[in-house]
Amino acid sequence: MLKRALAIITLLIIGYWLAQGLAGVPFGEDRMLVAQYYLDHVKEQTGAVNTVTAVVVNYRGFDTLGEVTVLFIASTGVGALLWRKKRERTAKTEGSIVLTTGTRLLAPFIMLFGAYIFIHGHLTPGGGFPGGATIATAFLLLYMAFTVYEIPHKTFEKVEGAVGMAYVLVGLIGLAIGGYFLYDWIWQDWGFGVDNVGRLLSGGFIPVIYTIIGLKVGTELSGIIDNMLKEEVSE
Amino acid sequence: MNCMACIEYIIIGTMIISAILAVEWRDLLAATVGMAAVSLFASLLFFMLQAPDVAMTEAAIGAALSGAIFIFAIKRTQRFETEEEEKPGWWVRW
Amino acid sequence: MISAYYFGAISLILIGLYAILVKKNVLKMLIGLSIMETGVNLLLVSVGYISGRSAPILSEGIGPNQAVDPIPQALVLTAIVIGVATTAMALSVAMIIYEKYGTLNVEEIRRLRG
Repeated sequence: MLKRALAIITLLIIGYWLAQGLAGVPFGEDRMLVAQYYLDHVKEQTGAVNTVTAVVVNYRGFDTLGEVTVLFIASTGVGALLWRKKRERTAKTEGSIVLTTGTRLLAPFIMLFGAYIFIHGHLTPGGGFPGGATIATAFLLLYMAFTVYEIPHKTFEKVEGAVGMAYVLVGLIGLAIGGYFLYDWIWQDWGFGVDNVGRLLSGGFIPVIYTIIGLKVGTELSGIIDNMLKEEVSE
Repeated sequence: MNCMACIEYIIIGTMIISAILAVEWRDLLAATVGMAAVSLFASLLFFMLQAPDVAMTEAAIGAALSGAIFIFAIKRTQRFETEEEEKPGWWVRW
Repeated sequence: MISAYYFGAISLILIGLYAILVKKNVLKMLIGLSIMETGVNLLLVSVGYISGRSAPILSEGIGPNQAVDPIPQALVLTAIVIGVATTAMALSVAMIIYEKYGTLNVEEIRRLRG
């Protein structure tokens, strides 16, 4: 009981301190500094309409490479921690008829929707991260519905490695052409789709990078689901 | 106070109630559902704060994948949080 | 007087911190951590909100002076995905603890080690 009281006192102190700090940050007021620059120049500098996407992929693409690396390390960590000599799926009962029929019908469309989200990342809300998560949800649905289903491990490992390398490769091509890492050569030098801003074929390398990120996130999260679902079997 | 503010207050209140329930429920499966509900209401609030990108990500990940991996973990461990009495002398070990 | 969004975000942070400080079950602590993460994301996005403006997608009719701050949204977008991956890693550590000790109570685990 004393411990609980101590915890509540600590929480009240922290809450008061946070509220005190936030009283100096009024809600709903304009305090943009660098963001105003991004908003003013996003169309001619990157060709994207969605500013969030432009910030994630173009202005701060190096950060995103770091995030993808963290995701890769976390996925590898889950695989390494749960590694056993012989692991299998232990589910006994098949999903109900509603679940199996619905999954058979819906899974391709869910994957298609994920691909739509990450290809149109520079135009509509979304992008590689939610698109990849949607694809992983489709695989989760397949795992729930069928007792014997497994993701194609060989293909997934190859895709993971290839897209990770492709991200660095795109950056290195930018380094060779424009002088710095992740230079947007498709937009700045080729001028691809300059009179096409706001339609699909524009945005420089943002669709390319977001396709890479979407595939990466989808395969990593599916791998995490696969690793957490399987159990060790003893002969 | 217009109607939009009413909806905001209702969503924030429901979110806080589900967070408290998620922490207090002894059944971990129910607590996971409470956590997913918190994510769902947070994604509605993100949409109201004009952040549709974040709302989509939170709805896909916070409400679906996060709950799913918690359920997998509960399936391989135990479902109920064990109820134990306060033992004397805990402050020595604390 | 702070805004309702700030109040909700701070409440979520405090509720999550309470679970981490008081609860003894590892999975319950991780649920608290997840709730706290949602609260922090909500706080960041609500700091970037500007009243009366629309989402930072500069398509038809929305000019650069009519959009909210895009930077906190870009920050939170990646943080959510990273959050679920690290939570999965923490959960696999919890599974290994349960395999090894047969319990998820942190006090009992501490006692068994000594």
